[in-house]
Amino acid sequence: MALLQIAEPGESAAPHEHRLAVGIDLGTTNTLVATVRSGMSVVLNDLKGRPLLPSVVSYAADGTVAVGYGAEAKQSVDPKNTIVSVKRFMGRGRRDIAHIETLPYDFLDAEGMVKLKTAAGIKSPVEISAEILKTVRNRAEASLGGELTGAVITVPAYFDDAQRQATKDAARLAGINVLRLLNEPTAAAIAYGLDNSAEGIYAVFDLGGGTFDISILRLSKGVFEVMATGGDSALGGDDFDHRVFCWIIEQAQLAPLSLQDARLLQMRAREAKEQLSQHGQAPITVKLGSGEYVDLVLTTEVFTEITRTLVQKAITPTKKALRDAGLTVADVRGVVMVGGSTRMPQIQHAVADLFKQEPLNNLDPEKVVALGAATQANLLAGNRAAGDDWLLLDVIPLSLGLETMGGLVEKVIPRNSTIPIARAQEFTTFKDGQTAMAIQVVQGERELVSDCRSLARFELRGIPPMVAGAARIRVTFQVDADGLLSVTAREQTTGHEARIEVKPSYGLSDDEIAAMLKDSFSHAGDDAFRRALREAQVEAQRLIEATQSALQDSADLLSTLERAHIDASITKLQTVMIGDDRRAIDQAMQALSAATNEFAARRMNQSVQRALSGRNVDQISL
Amino acid sequence: MSACTTPTADSAVMPEAPPASWQGSESASPVTLSARAADHIAKYIAKRGKGIGIRLGVRTSGCSGMAYKLEFADAANPEDIEFLSHGVKVLVDPKSLPYLAGTELDYAREGLNEGFKFNNPNVKDACGCGESFNT
Repeated sequence: MALLQIAEPGESAAPHEHRLAVGIDLGTTNTLVATVRSGMSVVLNDLKGRPLLPSVVSYAADGTVAVGYGAEAKQSVDPKNTIVSVKRFMGRGRRDIAHIETLPYDFLDAEGMVKLKTAAGIKSPVEISAEILKTVRNRAEASLGGELTGAVITVPAYFDDAQRQATKDAARLAGINVLRLLNEPTAAAIAYGLDNSAEGIYAVFDLGGGTFDISILRLSKGVFEVMATGGDSALGGDDFDHRVFCWIIEQAQLAPLSLQDARLLQMRAREAKEQLSQHGQAPITVKLGSGEYVDLVLTTEVFTEITRTLVQKAITPTKKALRDAGLTVADVRGVVMVGGSTRMPQIQHAVADLFKQEPLNNLDPEKVVALGAATQANLLAGNRAAGDDWLLLDVIPLSLGLETMGGLVEKVIPRNSTIPIARAQEFTTFKDGQTAMAIQVVQGERELVSDCRSLARFELRGIPPMVAGAARIRVTFQVDADGLLSVTAREQTTGHEARIEVKPSYGLSDDEIAAMLKDSFSHAGDDAFRRALREAQVEAQRLIEATQSALQDSADLLSTLERAHIDASITKLQTVMIGDDRRAIDQAMQALSAATNEFAARRMNQSVQRALSGRNVDQISL
Repeated sequence: MSACTTPTADSAVMPEAPPASWQGSESASPVTLSARAADHIAKYIAKRGKGIGIRLGVRTSGCSGMAYKLEFADAANPEDIEFLSHGVKVLVDPKSLPYLAGTELDYAREGLNEGFKFNNPNVKDACGCGESFNT
């Protein structure tokens, strides 16, 4: 007999018509799947009762695929065919992946996104992620006793269109209908029911196994707006383990370790760290393969001391994100803790100290994103309670626009517009008889195309020849509920149309995206400085060229000493103009002008004399 | 899911309402909750933040004649029959009661799946998955 869940009054589903929806937290280190059961969001465990699925996929030569704990076990024996943290490769080109040379995989630089050569053939990050998603889909269908209607999958707030599209593609490949993609910090806020609470600013502090993300969200009228993001893509619980590991080696004065011993100690280090979250001290006793004994006690004091700089590494970007958002800690209504590493009391204290309030941590920080995603999935699948007929809206994080003459950006959809959205704008031709128009779609807050990210490019052809400015081309930007963009250009008189789905030119690093977001808050001063510098450089180049050409014409007017002085001044200016010290460029330009003053005067005299020689005064027009 | 038969016309005819003496008595409740089911229901109601209890019922939809109704109850209807089982208020509408008399609602775990299960002695046959049944 089928097992039933409690429905909202009047909402009992007809038999066989249950709408099963799940939320999936597709994480870098671990993946979770959650659903709403009898009105309550719960994470679905595997058969052994484990909630987490390690985001690890291992390929064998015979084509079999292991996912999760099974794959994790193969990491040490077959690192080349065991892919961990595939999320870092989603929608990325080879050069976007940090420290690619340290990774054990065989990368192929395919069009757009990297691919990996494995024993089972060439796999794209999308296919690898799909294996993880298939595994959680199977778990969900076994748990819910039916086929899934759909899923909400979470992505980091800073994921760009390429990474979001890759995530959607992976879900489709896994046979999952994506109801929508949801930003991870937004999902965490939903899990705490903040979407139903009063409006305000919330901080989401996400310290996972290997990554740290801080997001500042503003909730208003049911819309979560991402005001700022920041973080450190190489900071996580693993770093804390490593500090403990190093401390053990130091304290026990161990000889260089074998691979097994190192692994054993790493495990003990992690256990000690986890124990410290509950107790004031943790004993570490290990017998190593080398015959050496370790018998130490790690206290909270020592742990705090050795990890102080790591905690600071999380606090610094947090302060910066607040600054970027133009906010102070007093503006923050609540802080949501996400990620297993936020269980550490040191982190809890540091966050409480910074924000002058206790963070929200009564939900399991490892599950909170999946729980929020499940809540959203349940609503989207149509299992709504009365009065719950709202739909959470997201916003686009960076403005979308296109390139106009002179390399300038015309923004069509401003950042923080709620999605889905469609906006149209009319453009015209620049030249007489122009029959085609290239449309370059860009994303970013800056004024120049070169400072923004190019997403796609396409051409509208078949514009009837007419004078410049007469053609009317309507360009429509449309962003669907997942934040994916399509652009249509239509010539109004003939109806000729060209259209592109933005499958963006994959490849922008986390840091670059974070930098673009940061730029959007602070570019004004920076741009002014850069423009002034650029102008000074152009002016310096002009001065050097003018001087050199004068030297060629009239070298005879200068003594060797004078010539050497001018040459030295040119060299000096050439050296400083490459740098970014505008003051030094100005000074070197003044020095060169001073050095050539006398020379310029003589040249003037000479040319006057030449002009006058052999002529009568009346022939000279003054 | 297995295929189901179409409902027969006469299964839609509801029997007479049960005697009113059943109302409110815990000891002789015709519909009970297992301790586990009551625990889960209490937890879900607490989490939901509102609700006076749970409503059980049957309706004449479904492929094998009738289907169970299992819903949160925010208010009792005047005709409802109320029981108390392990501290949880159970509401049943009088038309459903004959089909449910003697039923125990249990909370079960089958593999990864978990949820509520009607142990109903009135069921003569059910469709393969048990979501709908005949009495």
